[in-house]
Amino acid sequence: MVDLSAPAALSVPAAASRPGLRRLPLGLVLGLGTFVAVLCLWVLASAQGWASPVFLPAPARVWAALVRVATEGYANATLWGHMGASLWRVFAALVFTMLIGVPVGLIIATSRIGRGILDPLVEFIRPLPPLAYLPLIIIWCGIGEPSKVLVIGIAMLAPIVISTVSGARAASESQIRAAQAFGATRVQLVREVMLPAALPSIFTGMRIALGAGWTTLVAAELVAATRGLGYMIQSAAQFLVTDMVIAGILVISALATLSELALRLTERRFLPWIGKS
Amino acid sequence: MSVLSLSRVSLHYGTSSAPVLQDLSLDLRRGEFVSVIGRSGSGKTSLLNLAAGFVSPSTGTVRVDGRAVTGPGPDRAVVFQDDALYPWRRVEDNVALPLKLAGVGRDERLARARDWLAAVGLEGQGAKHVWQLSGGQRQRVGIARALASEPEFLLMDEPLGALDAMTRDLMHELLLKLWQRSHAGAMLITHSVEEALFLSTSVLVLAPDPGRVVLQERFSFGRRFLAGEDPRALKSEPAFIAARERLLAAIYMKEASRMKKQGHMKEVG
Repeated sequence: MVDLSAPAALSVPAAASRPGLRRLPLGLVLGLGTFVAVLCLWVLASAQGWASPVFLPAPARVWAALVRVATEGYANATLWGHMGASLWRVFAALVFTMLIGVPVGLIIATSRIGRGILDPLVEFIRPLPPLAYLPLIIIWCGIGEPSKVLVIGIAMLAPIVISTVSGARAASESQIRAAQAFGATRVQLVREVMLPAALPSIFTGMRIALGAGWTTLVAAELVAATRGLGYMIQSAAQFLVTDMVIAGILVISALATLSELALRLTERRFLPWIGKS
Repeated sequence: MSVLSLSRVSLHYGTSSAPVLQDLSLDLRRGEFVSVIGRSGSGKTSLLNLAAGFVSPSTGTVRVDGRAVTGPGPDRAVVFQDDALYPWRRVEDNVALPLKLAGVGRDERLARARDWLAAVGLEGQGAKHVWQLSGGQRQRVGIARALASEPEFLLMDEPLGALDAMTRDLMHELLLKLWQRSHAGAMLITHSVEEALFLSTSVLVLAPDPGRVVLQERFSFGRRFLAGEDPRALKSEPAFIAARERLLAAIYMKEASRMKKQGHMKEVG
């Protein structure tokens, strides 16, 4: 064979890229700075008495509420019980919605008939506010756990489906034609080319869906819940326990941030080719 | 001997009245190497798409051994200008994909993929990611992948168009050796007259508006290279240079007369 090792030397040197070391800490520093600034403002506002403690309790009181719910519990359960219930609902909804939304997205992307049937349904569900369909779900599915998961899942469906549809179109024409020329059937084409090409977009959809899921959590736990972060916040709100409300909000925010980080790490680990080709 | 034949094909896209290709006939036999050159818009890529089965002719027929072609198939492998590799699969899994689609078991298809990678000079690179390779290496992976399915015909759409001149020269020699080894009938779409001359047993010149054959000529420079002659000596032979001028004249014939008519020639020189 001809020796063709020479082209290896043609790869572009990476020296032109900007130093990445300086950029990451800047973002981190700014983010932490904002956080600290808001905290300082909050301490100042409550110390100066700018607002009544019923409206804005001091950070120390919120921290105390957090410790109280973590150790003694509040509204039928400890913080861990509430967190576990909410996490279970959000992630069960995510799994079920993925199982339905990804195939639906692939069908919409690959079949004109499927698109005609399913696209209007997705477009119908997409703008619905969770509080509007919550009563209907309870009438249909009762007040048990399934209806809570369903309410969250419905909010997650559209981002998953839409991101799958747009992702399935990310495969280039030549990538699709290459597989066809190798004799790929329709199913093989979807499995080997369109689905993998759609994964980066599906991951983005999952991140949006998780956001929607956390947003819907309080609505889902509005009726007949005995634990859950949304339920905890509502219970506290009914008795004007503002510090507990804020503690609950902070916990939801922390969980949402952590799940976002986990998704990003998974993406980096399993889809190393994103943005590379 | 297998033959891919296009007989009297015309191609219109949509309802536009101007045909992309008109009344074009071409036979590609196994063991032949046909290059297609012509200016942009002369329908070169459309010709390859017809042969591959990606598009159907408006009139005329495309057949393989007498059977009508109704779509793409594993008997006709395609190499694309953008390498069309799958970045989510490692290099060897890209090459093994046609075998996977054909139902070959994992161990065997990987062994055969590694053989083809070695044949294109990428031995031991199979576990790399696609984006870790240079442009020339990626194109070689694309060629290895096309050959891994052991096609009757190898259809190449400007596979070397994006490579630098030195890499191209090396790729020419590699392509000839792979063509000889695979016994496939090769069709190469190219912009480079020298590439067509050096590689092909037969060169087709297409002219645009509508796309049609204006010259077809047989050559043996590639076979002489495979028989052991020096490539640079071949390319500087008077016969090679004369053939290059003939092909260039055929390519630019109509353009020159058109520009003369519009008075552009004076400005140009």
